[in-house]
Amino acid sequence: MATDKNKTQEEKEVKKKDMILFLSNSEEKEHFLSKANRKLLTDPLDDDNPITVQVLGICSALAITVQLEPAVVMAIAVVFVMAFSNVIVSMLRNLIPSRIRIIVQLVVVASLVVLVDQILKAYAYDVSKQLSVFIGLIITNCIVMGRLEAFALGNGVYKSLLDGIGNAAGYGLILVIVAFFRELLGSGKLFGFEVLGHKGASLADSTGLYAFGYENNGLMLLSPMALIVVGLLIWVQRSRNRKLIEEN
Amino acid sequence: MDLVNLFVRSIFIENMIFAYFLGMCSYLAVSKTVKTAVGLGAAVIFVLAITVPINYLLDNYLLRPGALQWLGESYANVDLSFLSFIMFIAVIASMVQLVEMIVEKFAPALYGALGIFLPLIAVNCAILGGSLFMQQKNFGNITEAVTYGFGSGIGWFLAIIAIAAIREKIAYSNVPGPLKGLGITFIITGLMALGFMSFMGIKL
Repeated sequence: MATDKNKTQEEKEVKKKDMILFLSNSEEKEHFLSKANRKLLTDPLDDDNPITVQVLGICSALAITVQLEPAVVMAIAVVFVMAFSNVIVSMLRNLIPSRIRIIVQLVVVASLVVLVDQILKAYAYDVSKQLSVFIGLIITNCIVMGRLEAFALGNGVYKSLLDGIGNAAGYGLILVIVAFFRELLGSGKLFGFEVLGHKGASLADSTGLYAFGYENNGLMLLSPMALIVVGLLIWVQRSRNRKLIEEN
Repeated sequence: MDLVNLFVRSIFIENMIFAYFLGMCSYLAVSKTVKTAVGLGAAVIFVLAITVPINYLLDNYLLRPGALQWLGESYANVDLSFLSFIMFIAVIASMVQLVEMIVEKFAPALYGALGIFLPLIAVNCAILGGSLFMQQKNFGNITEAVTYGFGSGIGWFLAIIAIAAIREKIAYSNVPGPLKGLGITFIITGLMALGFMSFMGIKL
C-alpha cells in the first residue's frame, strides 16, 4: 500500500515536471512561477505602471472612465488583446524581417481588436455603443505596441504572456480607480447602483446623503477631470514610492 | 460656410487632445521643448490631412454596407465594415512609410526636421482616431473629409505647442517633488482642457 502511494506520488512529480518544462521556455528551465516571472506580472501594477510611469496608453484610457462598467469592459478587452498579441508576436519574432515589423505587429493587433469588437457588438451592444471608437483605438494604444517592441520581440512565449497580462492589468487598474472616483463623485453611483442614496425632486423625497443636501459634483463627469484625477493619482503614487520622482 | 463651421469645430470644439484625449502618449513624451513639438505637430497635420481623405474613399467605395454597388447589382448587399480597422491601420502605416520616403527624397530639409517623428506617427492614436471619427460622421463629400483631417491636425498642433511652451516655463517654478514632470503635465492639460470647453457653446 505504502509503496503504491509512493509510486503514484513519484508519477505525479514527473508529470508536474513535464508540465513545467512544457510551459516554460525551452532555453531556460525555470519554475513557471519563479521570482523573475512573478516580477513580470506584478511590476507593472506599481513600480513600472504603464500609465503613471511608462506614460503609455493614455490615449484611449481617459475618455471612457466616466462610469465603471465601460472601464471594466475596456480593461478586460485590453488584457485579452495584449496577452494574445504578445504571444503571437513572440512566436513570430524570429520570422519577422525587422524593416516591416511595425506593419506586421499592427496587423496582428488589429485582427485581435476586430475579434473583440465583434464579440462586444454581439453580446454587450450597449457597452459597445458607449465605447464607440475607443475599442478600435486599442490598435494604436501605445501600451500594446510599446510592449510588443520592448518585450515580445526579444523574449520567449511564456514570459511575453506574463508581461502582456501584467501590463494590461496595470493599465486596467488605473482605469478602474479613475472610473471609481469619477462615477462616485460625479453621479453618486457605482456600476449604475445609487450607493449614496436616491436623489428626489426635493430634499424630502431624497434618501441617503442627498437627504442632508449633498449634491453631485457635475465637474467630475467632464473629460478634463479625468486628466486631473490621473495627475493626482501620480502624486499619491510618487509620494509613496519616492524612487519614481523625476528630476524636473 | 459649412466647411468653415466644420473646420473651426474640428480645431477648437472637438479638439483631438482636449476633448477626446487622442494622441496623448506622444503629446506627453515629445512636449519637453517647443522645437520638437513643432516638428511632431507639423508631421501630424500632414499625415492626418492625407490619411483621412484616403480612408474616406476606402470607406465609401469598399467598406460601407452597399458600398460595392459600383461593381454591379449583385454586390449591393455586401457589408465589409468589420474590416475597417485593419484597412484603416494598413493605409495609415503604409502612407506614413510612403510619406517618409517622398519627404526624404524631395524635401531633405523638412525630412531633417520631421525625421524621427514620422515613423512614430503610425501608432499615434490621433491619426486612427481621425479616420474612425470620419467614419462615424458620415461626411457627404471628400472636401469635408479633407477639411476635417486638416482641422483636427491643426487642433493637435496647437495643443502640443501650448503645452510645450508651458513646460519650458514650468521648469523654473517650484513644483512639489512627486508632482514633477508627468503629474503636473497631466494637471495642466486638464486645466487647459477646461479652458477649451468654453468653446463648446459656440455655434457657427
